[in-house]
Amino acid sequence: MLEVFIFATLNGLVTGLLLFMLASGLTLIFSMMGVLNFAHASFYMLGAYFAYSISSYLGFWTGLLVAPVVAGFCGALVERYGLRHVHKHGHVAELVFTFGLAFLIEEIVQFLWGRDTKNYQQPELLDFPLFTLFGQEFSAYRGFMIFISVAIFIGLYYTLTRSRIGIIIQAAITHPHTVANLGHNVPLIFMGVFGVGSALAGVAGVIAGPVLTTFPGMAIVLGSIVFVIVVIGGLGSLAGAFVASLLIGLLQSYAIASDVGMPDLLDLIGVSFERSHPLNDLWTLTLPQIAPILPFLLLVLVLIFRPTGLLGKREE
Amino acid sequence: MNTSPRNLLASISIAAATALTPLTSQAQEPVRIAFMDPLSGSFASIGTSGLRQIEYAAEYFFNSRGGILGGRPIEIVPLDNKQSPTETQLQFQRAVSEGIRIIFQGNSSAVANTLSSTISRHNRRNPGQEVLQINYSAVDPALTEEECSFWHFRFDAHAIMKLEVLTDYIAMNEDIKSVYIIGQDYSFGQVVADTSIAMLQEKRPDIEIVGNEFHPIGQVKDFTPYVTKIVASGADAVITGNFGADMVSLARSIIDSGLRIPIYTFYAAYDGITATLGEDAKGLVYLVHNETSNPIPTEERKEFIRGFKAANPDKDVTQPRIYNALRMVVEAIEESGSTDPYDIALALEDRRHTTLSGEEIWMRGDDHQIFQSLHISVHTDEGVEFDADNSGWGLFSEFHVPAEETIRETSCRMRRPRR
Amino acid sequence: MLTRLIPWIGFTAALLILPLLFDSILAISVLNQMAIAIVFALAYNMLLGQGGMLSFGHAVYFGLGGFMAVHALIMIEYETVYFSVTLIPLVGGLFGLLAAIFIGSFSTRKAGTVFAMISLGIGELIAASSLIFVDFFGGEAGVSGDRTFGPLFFGVDFAQNVEVYYLAAFWVLVATLFMYLFTQTPAGRMANAVRDNPERAEFIGYSARRVRFISFCASGLFAGIAGGLFAMNYEFLTEENLNAATSGRVLLMAYIGGLGYFIGPIVGAVVLTLMNSLLSNYTELWMLYLGIMFVLTVMFLPRGFAGFIMMHQMAWYHGKLRSLFIPYLITGLPALIAVLGVVALIELAHTQEELLHFLGIPLSPSSAISWVVVITVTAVAVNATRRSLGQLKKAWEFANEAAMGTRE
Repeated sequence: MLEVFIFATLNGLVTGLLLFMLASGLTLIFSMMGVLNFAHASFYMLGAYFAYSISSYLGFWTGLLVAPVVAGFCGALVERYGLRHVHKHGHVAELVFTFGLAFLIEEIVQFLWGRDTKNYQQPELLDFPLFTLFGQEFSAYRGFMIFISVAIFIGLYYTLTRSRIGIIIQAAITHPHTVANLGHNVPLIFMGVFGVGSALAGVAGVIAGPVLTTFPGMAIVLGSIVFVIVVIGGLGSLAGAFVASLLIGLLQSYAIASDVGMPDLLDLIGVSFERSHPLNDLWTLTLPQIAPILPFLLLVLVLIFRPTGLLGKREE
Repeated sequence: MNTSPRNLLASISIAAATALTPLTSQAQEPVRIAFMDPLSGSFASIGTSGLRQIEYAAEYFFNSRGGILGGRPIEIVPLDNKQSPTETQLQFQRAVSEGIRIIFQGNSSAVANTLSSTISRHNRRNPGQEVLQINYSAVDPALTEEECSFWHFRFDAHAIMKLEVLTDYIAMNEDIKSVYIIGQDYSFGQVVADTSIAMLQEKRPDIEIVGNEFHPIGQVKDFTPYVTKIVASGADAVITGNFGADMVSLARSIIDSGLRIPIYTFYAAYDGITATLGEDAKGLVYLVHNETSNPIPTEERKEFIRGFKAANPDKDVTQPRIYNALRMVVEAIEESGSTDPYDIALALEDRRHTTLSGEEIWMRGDDHQIFQSLHISVHTDEGVEFDADNSGWGLFSEFHVPAEETIRETSCRMRRPRR
Repeated sequence: MLTRLIPWIGFTAALLILPLLFDSILAISVLNQMAIAIVFALAYNMLLGQGGMLSFGHAVYFGLGGFMAVHALIMIEYETVYFSVTLIPLVGGLFGLLAAIFIGSFSTRKAGTVFAMISLGIGELIAASSLIFVDFFGGEAGVSGDRTFGPLFFGVDFAQNVEVYYLAAFWVLVATLFMYLFTQTPAGRMANAVRDNPERAEFIGYSARRVRFISFCASGLFAGIAGGLFAMNYEFLTEENLNAATSGRVLLMAYIGGLGYFIGPIVGAVVLTLMNSLLSNYTELWMLYLGIMFVLTVMFLPRGFAGFIMMHQMAWYHGKLRSLFIPYLITGLPALIAVLGVVALIELAHTQEELLHFLGIPLSPSSAISWVVVITVTAVAVNATRRSLGQLKKAWEFANEAAMGTRE
């Protein structure tokens, strides 16, 4: 029981931190431009695929360094030549544009790399168990994933709050015109933030690719969860995104690890139903079965009772 | 022999007519066979692989040797159904509108079921324009049991037959005392779970089922939480019917967590899965399937594989049942002398065919289910003459069950059309 | 009065004549698809184009309506109920309405991003639930029925697809009429108002929330009708009719067609159905082209195809539409060649075959000549297009400026 709990916590942590890497980039971009970038998870996918190709020739570590840069560069291009152009047509147009972009990127990936699953392997250096507990190994690679995620979070935090560029970015988020009046190149800042956000997603792809498998559907699978996180945490709040990511990661992990379900609840009340009962599917529902839809359930609940999210700012 | 001038003239005329017949356009008209599977979208790699295999088979066995029915080439018409039941209907309409009467399909039992009801309805409403369904891979037992149809023929052993062999193999292993079952939460996954439990109970009552887990298809990205439960349960083996991305993720999570127990599967090879499993899964991942894998028993089959690889270097001959089905259908066409589905169906019933592997397989008339030998292969790099995914790794067949031992009763009550 | 009826007469005539012109089995099937798509896209546009509410989960009402419709078909078949299958789309519509009332009660409180996100969450929830609640939704294989039971309708049992087409055409006409009439009602007009300026609408005494709720329910009703039509045509429904992909597709249709115009979604539905059913037979890469077209439309034709057509309204008023004909030709022809050239390049890069028949021209990926020819032709065409843009711009300005002495 304890081992299940410990590993469930560790697994939840790994997932949650990975999700945060994605959610942080999305939150930054949203704070900056007010647009929820549907194609954000696509840069995650691009990061994984670029890293796969690079690592096939130059090794995993080169991939880790180069792939996010390429992904970020693509992001910057998208902002400069795509989003900026669409911006003047309104928020709906921007959203729809990023939606179309996500679709297009998935098709381009299939065109360039094919439709099958890519054999993107973990680096041999990390192919050993970090520790073994109750007969189950916790691989060093996952420890590495946690390490990178935390490092990025710390780096992001310090850059945004302590460095000069970070202060300018924070100012540009709330007062773009004033910052422009002070002589800063705000469009360049926008492009940079978009690029960095996409690069962050790319890093997530590079390290998650070997673990979550690299295939053309990988953006869809994570994309909607990341949205849910950003909204639950509160649009525009980085700390909210962090809390929500960990919450969802741990919640899903615990839900799957448990064996609890409706039958237990019914037993508690002392009620039972026949197999032929019309709502039989509901009475036999178990927590692991609904684990993947828990984030959406949470989303709907949060949006009904607290539309600004857990740590969100007031509505404008 | 009567050699009067009139008879001689008749003989010469007949000989001349026969010699000239191949030159008329009627004889050259191709026999069109549709291949309906996902050719775009997430499952495209499996669909396109199957398409290449049937195209190559049509060329290798028939078109390169003069065609069938006196010189008619086979034309394979690809139909992309995107693994969607809705799209399947649309492509079916297209096939019908182009006069295609034979449709091959295999991926997804859900699609196969839809196609079967669509075809039944169509055939009932349009007598004389019937369509034949050649199911080469959908293994939901219902299709040749309670949902059987005269117009549907299945060329793969269904899930229960395969599980019989799989559970036999597991039962033989005295070291296995506990089994964990995990599968996709839909009809096929449930059949695998229910049947495995029942069969193991019967063959090895001492084996404990320590877990029966269902997960939503294609939604789980990381199986580590599930693996934690498997480890905690102390299971000695895992059974799963997972395929595609779900299979890769599950296998990788098991290996990543250091769990070194055998995994018994249906579909854990080819299409990138073998390459991903690699070294870590050596000797641990098993598959139950038809047509023995390495060592390939006959030179004919080896030649076919080599030829295919030469023409399609990045694909493998993953489903010999495709060319088995094609060959049997063609034999039925030749025997009945007709391309009408009703005649073909009658000729297919109770048909026996010798495969490239030298084995005789049998299409039972009662339920249109094929019976063939089944094998259990293991993922390894030893003795693998023909590897998968060009990875150096592949399947080696360890356990064989002859066709006769796989035969079972059927609950099929087939309504036969009146002609 | 009569001039306003002309488009409707034309629409009805088209609906009646089309199956006579295109009468192959495949064509009828495509026409049926278009009918379903038109109703669905129009329903969606009630929400987005007219109400300003972006929903990522509208397939829910389409799907729920459809599932209920199939269950109704099954009930007719087993004689649990007895009514004509011609009313099935209405069954779908009513169930869609019910679902919309229930979900709209809490989801329409806010507009904008919150609404969009709730719709996404609900959509994913219900799509996932459909695989869990197997009794109603049938699991992976879905639910299937048979439309040939129940009382005959003037001797017709709807076994043939073309009979279903005429039923669908009738419902398309009815649904389109009612949706159009809705835009003319106070509720419809207020939906526009709330879209543009909710605060102001509140000031004149309308509850923005109420108005949104009404739009939402109406939209759910018609989406359910589309689902019922789907059930009649295909006789089965699966989880994929509820999922995000279907929601995304209707968004694509409405957007490409043009959100701001009533006929926009009709145009979008027709175009997308044609691409979906016909283009996919010519190339494996049709989804790539669809994606490119979508992104380009969002970037350069934000008002959609209908918007593009409507842009010429001013020129038409001035009677100078003719003058644009030649300039469009001068730009359009090289542009078309350039597009075909790019497509040829993409196909060449992708193909596994030795020989590619592109519009009848044999090309080979291993032959340098093929590449050189295609690249050169494309480059020349692109250049010609760019150089001709100047004259097109001039012609456009000429066509749009007020003529001397005419009304402006």
